[in-house]
Amino acid sequence: MTKKILAYIDHFHGKAQSSSWEALGLAAVIAKDLGGEAAALVLGEGVNALAESAFHYGADQVLLADNPVLKEFRPEPLADMIAQAAKEYQPDLILFPTTSRGRTLAGMAAVDLDTGVMVDVIALDWTGGEITATRPIYAGKLMAKLTCSTTPQIITLRTRAFDKPEPDTSRSGSITYLDVGVDTDAVATAISSLQEKGGGVSLSDASVIVSGGRGVALNPSLEPPGDLDEEAADIWKAEQGFALVQGLADVLGAAVGASRAAVDAKYIEYEHQVGQTGKVVSPDLYIACGVSGAIQHLAGMRSSKVIVAINKDPDAPIFNFARFGLVGDMHAILPPLTEALKEYLAG
Amino acid sequence: MDFGLSNEHQMVQRMVRDFAAKEVLPTIQEQDRVGGMAPFVIPRMAELGILGITIPVKYGGQGMDYISLGLVSEELEFVDTSLRVVISVHNGLTCLTILQWGTEDQKKKYLVPLAKGEKVGCGAFTEPGAGSDFAHIQSTGKKNGQEYILNGEKMWISLATIADFAVVTVRTDQEPDKAYQGLSTFLVDLDSPGVTRGDIHGKLGVRAGSTGWINFQDVRVPAKNLLGEEGEGFKVTMSAFDSGRYTVAAGATGLIRAALDASKSYAEERNAFGGKISDFQLIQAKIAHMALDYQAARLLYLKAGWLKNQGIRNTRETSAAKWYATDASFRAAAEAVQIHGAYGFSDEYPVERFMRNAKGAMIYEGSNEIQSLIQADYALDKRRDKKIRRELPQYDHQTWT
Amino acid sequence: MKIIVCVKQVPDTAATMTVDNGAISWGDAPLIINPWDEFAVEAALNLAADQGGEVIALCLGKEGETEAIKHALAMGADSAVMVSDPALKGADNVAASKVLAAAIQKIGDAGMVLFGQQSVDTDTGLLPVQVARLLKWPSLTLVSKFESVNPGDGKIQVLRSMEEASQVVDSDLPAVVSVTKDYGEPRYPSFMGIRKASKAEFPIWSLADLGIDPPSSTIGWPEVSEPVQKDVVTEIIEGDTPEEKAKSLVEKLIAEKVL
Repeated sequence: MTKKILAYIDHFHGKAQSSSWEALGLAAVIAKDLGGEAAALVLGEGVNALAESAFHYGADQVLLADNPVLKEFRPEPLADMIAQAAKEYQPDLILFPTTSRGRTLAGMAAVDLDTGVMVDVIALDWTGGEITATRPIYAGKLMAKLTCSTTPQIITLRTRAFDKPEPDTSRSGSITYLDVGVDTDAVATAISSLQEKGGGVSLSDASVIVSGGRGVALNPSLEPPGDLDEEAADIWKAEQGFALVQGLADVLGAAVGASRAAVDAKYIEYEHQVGQTGKVVSPDLYIACGVSGAIQHLAGMRSSKVIVAINKDPDAPIFNFARFGLVGDMHAILPPLTEALKEYLAG
Repeated sequence: MDFGLSNEHQMVQRMVRDFAAKEVLPTIQEQDRVGGMAPFVIPRMAELGILGITIPVKYGGQGMDYISLGLVSEELEFVDTSLRVVISVHNGLTCLTILQWGTEDQKKKYLVPLAKGEKVGCGAFTEPGAGSDFAHIQSTGKKNGQEYILNGEKMWISLATIADFAVVTVRTDQEPDKAYQGLSTFLVDLDSPGVTRGDIHGKLGVRAGSTGWINFQDVRVPAKNLLGEEGEGFKVTMSAFDSGRYTVAAGATGLIRAALDASKSYAEERNAFGGKISDFQLIQAKIAHMALDYQAARLLYLKAGWLKNQGIRNTRETSAAKWYATDASFRAAAEAVQIHGAYGFSDEYPVERFMRNAKGAMIYEGSNEIQSLIQADYALDKRRDKKIRRELPQYDHQTWT
Repeated sequence: MKIIVCVKQVPDTAATMTVDNGAISWGDAPLIINPWDEFAVEAALNLAADQGGEVIALCLGKEGETEAIKHALAMGADSAVMVSDPALKGADNVAASKVLAAAIQKIGDAGMVLFGQQSVDTDTGLLPVQVARLLKWPSLTLVSKFESVNPGDGKIQVLRSMEEASQVVDSDLPAVVSVTKDYGEPRYPSFMGIRKASKAEFPIWSLADLGIDPPSSTIGWPEVSEPVQKDVVTEIIEGDTPEEKAKSLVEKLIAEKVL
């Protein structure tokens, strides 16, 4: 019978990856179902606030180690702590979010605890306490069901595959402080500095993409400055259009993409091109603005989870592939859409 | 009989496919629209050793075999014909002709830098007034002591304005017994005084390539630059075509594959009448023909390549491969346009470019009408290949690597 | 410096994957080197050139499936080792890591072991981490840059990518490194390299050669299936004004859980 589920709270300097709460939420759901308890494992420095949040997101208990040696991410001391916590707490199941760090730590835990690990899981069945995990393989071309014959079962969960729970700020619980036996000098690595990630989300990794097509330049109510020739005026209008696309992307934390037509017309640089001869992307959400949906473009974004198309032309082929279509001028639709999303995401 | 590609061949194929897909494909549509060869292409192919792939290492090449040359041609033309044209004229018409007919000195002086990609070569045979009727070319070469003086105009020459050297055939004997007997072939440095050249614009296809004319006005060429002997020019030129033509056949095969892949992709996406058009028999019939033509063209060129490897004369097989593949590639490309419907009529999709490119290959490197006459002559026993004084060297792994 | 690069063979990424009688099939699509591994090989070759060293390609796979090794050799790796044993059929990640760790120890004296970030088939990215843990060497994952390498002092500095920032990590050597695509474009195999690679001979080690028993696997695969293809049902969002349409769309997107 699965009774104790431990969720690893992955964070950066005390700011949790939201997929950590998805993992904790799932732990709580399973615990409730099987009559057990959900615990959160918080390791770092200055992470007490994370412990509080863990209770809000469903932890019954928090295992905490707060120590300078754990401040910066280094797999070895963190893995040592996880193994130690697991040996003390004896969970039946350990859930990690599949973040860069979560994956690493889950892998090490499997070695330390003499068990297996199931990675990038999108669905879980725990009927009768027996766990079967479902995950995509071969870039999602196939699905595999996995089981593990030993305990603890270690699973990493794909981001956004499980619901993030609504936080209940009235919840609290007990914190168990773990002894940190790790000596800083014994760790073979040291973090000498951090570098900010370059601005802008990478197209290939983005989970949301907003794209502009040739329609970006076709704003009927825009008057370009008089001194520009035809090509420059066209590009000027496109810049205004892409500014709207960028505005929406900023609100969504999205990457900006473009159709071949837009790149060829010099409205935007080639590195934004999505399509057969550009990048192939598979975000959760793809919003195509003024994109006709030529097959070449579709080849690049077909496997997006949800496609939204905004186009003046009701016969644009993209409407055959979009989950949601808005027939209309993107220049009129993007501003209110950006506003509405801004409101929703802030609140 | 092993019809499979060796591990080595598969790696060559993959490497060129990756290069063309990663480095050329992203901008090829634009390049075709703008016109002209993108400046990075030839230097990059040189860097990767592609410009000397089928030349022995001791002459600056990569020491791969003739099948590799075919595979390279197929993979390059899969992306665009202009890439394969470089192989046809540089590797085929120039390098292999020098390999076949050149003296050791000529190989050292010309073949080595060409194979290394330090210099670029082209074949200057066709003239404004003579293509198929090659024996009646008008350009002349007049012997003058230790030199020949070349006069005349060559036209429809790929890489005319880019090449450093050209293999040039002219008439050196004004009163031969038979027209084809009075020709001679020279290696000409295109920087020589009296050489002028220019680009030809307004072509139907291969717009991302370079095609031009070369004019010779009292150009002095050393006699030691004769390729073969005086009067052997017709044989040398026909040998050159056996080499160039092979790459055209292989390249056209790649074009069939490109048309096929594009058609498959589109047909599996396009909806009409409540279904995907790939489910409709008329579309399926078109795709089936393309697939069949690809299989056939591929076998024809690979056999020609195999014969070259064995050192067996292959004029017949190479001509057959060229004829079949180029006719088939135009059919395939035209059907691909048809399958794409209105989208096929637009340059947003590659298929119209394939169709325009494919047409050229039916005309150059020996028009398909000439190929059919050649095939008839072989079939009717009107033609037997006699041994020529210099044959294309057999591939020999020991001595070539 | 001896640099070992672990490479894996996978079906071509363009292959149509199907399940035939419960078994995964890629039809007649060719097998290729895991594309991510090419970056690791590239890094290894550059490091060996800078530091003076040799690159050894190590592959755990089925005997006869040599594309990955050959590609690494064609790129310029100096030699290769294959580990293959029928007892390893169905080996899970922990088991595979144990085998690789044993092979690395048998090769001996490695200054660094490189992996690609993950593989395009099972996509776990676990092997570099687990091998490091088993060898008790530092695990330097997601490295996009080698800032400095000092084999004489046994020190290395790398840039590791995380979601929020990149870390500059100082580490002891030997270490196990996984290399990301940001490292830089891998070179194509040269034609000379292709020729050498197609003729290359390399040892094939069994578990007995490694002196280990078959490690047990705990992960089972009771079922593999092709995902159900759902036809997209397009919904045209109605509204009298752009504002109305925008609001309606937001509601729909919330319901789809993509925000």
